[in-house]
Amino acid sequence: MLVSYKWLQDYVDLDGVTPEELADRITNAGIEVEHLTYPGKDLKGIVVGKVSACEPHPASDHLHLCQVDLGAETVQIVCGAQNVAAGQKVPVATVGARIGGGVQIRRSKFRGEESNGMICALSELGVDSDLVPKEYADGIYVFDEDVPVGADALPYLNLDDAILDLDILVSSAHCMNMIGVAHEVAAIFDRPVHIPAPDVIETDQAAADKISLKVEAGEKVPYYSARLIEGIEVASSPRWMQLRLMAAGIRPISNVVDISNYVMLEYGQPLHTFDFDAFGSDRVLVRFADRNETIKTLDGQERTLTKEDIVITNGKEAAAVAGIMGGESSEVTLSTNKVLLESAVFDPISIRKTAARLQMRTDASSRFEKRLDRNRVAPASDRAAELLAIYAHARVLKGIVEQGERTVPETVITMPWKKINQVLGANLSFDVIKGTLGRLGFTVKTEGDTIHVKVPARRFDVAIPEDLVEEVGRMYGYDHIPATLPEGSAVQAELTPYQKLRRRTERLMESAGLTQAYTYSLTTGDHASAYTVHPASEKQVKVIWPMSEEHAVLRQSIVPQLIGVVKYHLNRQMPDVALYEIGKVFIPKPGNPRPGEEEHLAGAITGRSAERSWEGEARPVDFYTVKGVLETLFESLAVSERIDYRPARRDGLHPGQTAEIFLDGKVIGYAGALHPKVQKDAGLNETFVFEVAIESLLRKSEPEIAYRILPRFPSITRDIALVVDRSVSAADLDRVIREAAGPLLASVRLFDVYEGAHVAENEKSMAFSLVYLDPERTLTDDEVNAVHGQIIDACSQRLGAQLRS
Amino acid sequence: MLQDKLLELRDKALESIGSVSSLKQLQDVHVRYLGKKGPITEVLKGMGKLAKEERPVIGQLANDVRKAIGVWIEEKKAELEAGVLEAQLESEKIDVTLPGRKAQIGAHHLLASVIREVEDLFIGLGFSIAEGPEVEEDYYAFEALNLPKDHPARDMQDSFYITDEILLRPHTSPMQARTLEAHKGEGPVKIICPGKVYRRDNDDATHSHQFMQIEGLCVDKNVRLSDLKGVLTVFAKHMFGAEREIRLRPSFFPFTEPSVEMDISCFRCGGHGCAVCKGTGWIEILGAGMVHPNVLRMSGFNPSVYTGFAFGMGPERIAMLKYGIEDIRNFYTDDIRFLKQFKRA
Ligand SMILES: [Zn+2]
Repeated sequence: MLVSYKWLQDYVDLDGVTPEELADRITNAGIEVEHLTYPGKDLKGIVVGKVSACEPHPASDHLHLCQVDLGAETVQIVCGAQNVAAGQKVPVATVGARIGGGVQIRRSKFRGEESNGMICALSELGVDSDLVPKEYADGIYVFDEDVPVGADALPYLNLDDAILDLDILVSSAHCMNMIGVAHEVAAIFDRPVHIPAPDVIETDQAAADKISLKVEAGEKVPYYSARLIEGIEVASSPRWMQLRLMAAGIRPISNVVDISNYVMLEYGQPLHTFDFDAFGSDRVLVRFADRNETIKTLDGQERTLTKEDIVITNGKEAAAVAGIMGGESSEVTLSTNKVLLESAVFDPISIRKTAARLQMRTDASSRFEKRLDRNRVAPASDRAAELLAIYAHARVLKGIVEQGERTVPETVITMPWKKINQVLGANLSFDVIKGTLGRLGFTVKTEGDTIHVKVPARRFDVAIPEDLVEEVGRMYGYDHIPATLPEGSAVQAELTPYQKLRRRTERLMESAGLTQAYTYSLTTGDHASAYTVHPASEKQVKVIWPMSEEHAVLRQSIVPQLIGVVKYHLNRQMPDVALYEIGKVFIPKPGNPRPGEEEHLAGAITGRSAERSWEGEARPVDFYTVKGVLETLFESLAVSERIDYRPARRDGLHPGQTAEIFLDGKVIGYAGALHPKVQKDAGLNETFVFEVAIESLLRKSEPEIAYRILPRFPSITRDIALVVDRSVSAADLDRVIREAAGPLLASVRLFDVYEGAHVAENEKSMAFSLVYLDPERTLTDDEVNAVHGQIIDACSQRLGAQLRS
Repeated sequence: MLQDKLLELRDKALESIGSVSSLKQLQDVHVRYLGKKGPITEVLKGMGKLAKEERPVIGQLANDVRKAIGVWIEEKKAELEAGVLEAQLESEKIDVTLPGRKAQIGAHHLLASVIREVEDLFIGLGFSIAEGPEVEEDYYAFEALNLPKDHPARDMQDSFYITDEILLRPHTSPMQARTLEAHKGEGPVKIICPGKVYRRDNDDATHSHQFMQIEGLCVDKNVRLSDLKGVLTVFAKHMFGAEREIRLRPSFFPFTEPSVEMDISCFRCGGHGCAVCKGTGWIEILGAGMVHPNVLRMSGFNPSVYTGFAFGMGPERIAMLKYGIEDIRNFYTDDIRFLKQFKRA
């Protein structure tokens, strides 16, 4: 809402209040002034001149040679405008003046003729050309006759004004008009407000004799009124009105259109004017549209309606989409003689829905959507009639044809006045509270500690005690409220065990060299179902209106997103990347539109684990880099003993370099190299990825530490090197060793793997370091030898292992 | 006679020790003079021929000579060893200015750092951290927050709906309703809720279809707007510096009444006006207010017994302001050159 500082002074005395102060105070009281602009701030030296003579330029067929009286002197100015003529009073940029865009005016010569200044068009004075009335659109601006020659031109163009741009929210809809703003400003500065009462002179003939009204859509049209106005002379509206409309961002069209816009700006009540001769009948019927009923609206578009939309009809065809836009057929034109003036109330929700569906947000619809002051429907109609009588020389027929309730019941809020202090944490006296509410137009009646507050109709946003708390708070100023801390019961707060472990997981990943990433949850259909820990569901969770196909489906895994980030880096010559993300994946559930949500940990590593250094090339990452990261994590979470890794084949992963990760025998994740074909297609280097259902893992981990007394007796360490077939895995040997060993074996660690000349081609050697310990006594060599023998036998029997000599 | 021989032996040994230049040579000297077949042993063997009274005298002298040679050898040995060590140390000298082998540490995401900082502050103030679903029911996302289906502040077009009733949460506020509901009308409730939210925006420098929010809620008997002001003051000073002041401006949100917008005094210019604060001296940080009675009522709290405040902030905005980050997309592009700058955040 654009508010003219000059216009506002029609209603409130702003003496001593600068536009800056006004803007600050309005903002602090709750309606944000987003911008404060001075439309004439770049202009200098623009005066009113009178064209005393205007002749064609001797050397040009389109330039004029004008003698312009500037009061103190008369100068010659060459002017190219078509509409310049002798006798006009015009804005003149004198030599040395500054016009719009910071352009300075110099004395110059046009085809041999001297020009001492410039006669200005509005757009040359910085006015948005979309707002300039048609009559001046292609030429200079012309003042009214009564403007004094030689005077500063800016006040007569309202270019000495300041414009406040108010950000109107649902709660401040009462300030979507000048009168509302005036009430607000009057309350802020505690000054009186003057709202002029319209004075309509009506003819003896009653409108009701000429037109009839029927409202069928009563529940959505609580009030409808029409006036009939005849003998209209359609012309330009007065210049003062044009300038005010332009300041408010509305282009002047004609007196009839401008007056209805002007009253809307002033009262907040949208009006509509139908050309009554073109309306097609003397019956106004307000009804719901028929399904697929069509209307061509003022903007020339053919609109198809539904049964939810409200239309104003002539009994047959729709002449307007109620509250939004009129129809082209009954548009006011230059030849209009009679006008049907509508002032009505429409259901806000209905208007909002129709406007949204037809994508037709107008100044009218945005006001109806936010609700209106019912008490202004009739005065607005009167005001428009008054202005039409004056500025279009029209005759206003007697009376209003109406249906519905012209007023609404008053709202009275009853509450203990102390609640205001209690909620604010303030200590205002009753008098201050009553006075503040009074300034805002509320009437306060007291009954003991209880107040009954009557709400003015224009404050339809105020309905409950908390609204009054806000009214008092915003006027009093939150700056004056102390800063305290909640006094209630002391609450002990801490992270949940899950949150603690998740933080530990993050720290661990970072210590292992992985950088944390945040990627999008919405992705493409292909990516959404790829690289999932558990088999992807056929069904996908899609959003109804995606912004793009890139972000249309909820992800079931994180890895595809991280692969994307790896690719991003590769494209920018960064081949060494190690990333992880902890975030939600969304698992479709059969028969439920809401997916299950669980947090996963995923990672992607490629390139080298460190930069090339003076010691030589750093080692490229491989499968065991990734696995090591996960092993460190599982150890930190004390679940290592419950985890095992099994070779697996998975889509998109290298069939020989992929392990599924099991917790207590159930798959909780995977780690592996990307399939070489995938890498090649995507232009990636060797890349390793993992994803773990970390949430279920963390919720199952036991963070408690079980302390064990340090062993008092020495342990005995024996190494063992076994030659096995290459198909035997480290995990196989590890398992058999542990099973065969019994309780004396304290730990097993693989420390060497060998394939090569010293073993057969299809064989490999694996060496383990075994530690034996009895917590109760010192072990003898014989005891250890016995167990060691059992282990070798078991490995030999079950896995065909032979001791390496 | 023997006496002269011993003294001569002593002088020769001293000379030999003096000319030795390696431990090996010294070892030879040791064997030569003090070995089992060495000259002193020889001398002692010949003692039998001596007069009885001479024997102890010569014996004493022989022992003294042996001892003296032993001491000299030890001294020489220490001297030689020191030299060897010296040479070894010299040969082991390295260029200590060469770079060391650093452990590669990954960076914590800046948004995660901001969220963690806010979490830790509020835990200290007695707030727990509540987390909730990102795919929400319309009821919790809007209706329970005093935004009935036809509310003008509601636009289906702004959210990612999956069905008419299910959507990606457009704010973290559903956790207000969910948490209140879970407390079954009994306060106090003190939570903050960080998490991802989604809105139908085109991604550009200032918009992201996915971003983070942190919601705060405090409901108890006698919670006041002044308490909100106090808690937010603590927050502002913690996040942006002890000199920060805050200002509450009236605003509108459907789920709070009264509603406020919180500004902090500009940390760049201290309030005099600069590009960061667009010349106003103030920077808008978050929205807040007193929980609307309808919100309390719908989730089972009696608004005549309980009051509360709520606030919501954007970690992206906080991070962008704090570090002068120009483009919100940086948080989701995950360029390591961006992320690693904030390792210490
Ligand atoms: Zn600043």
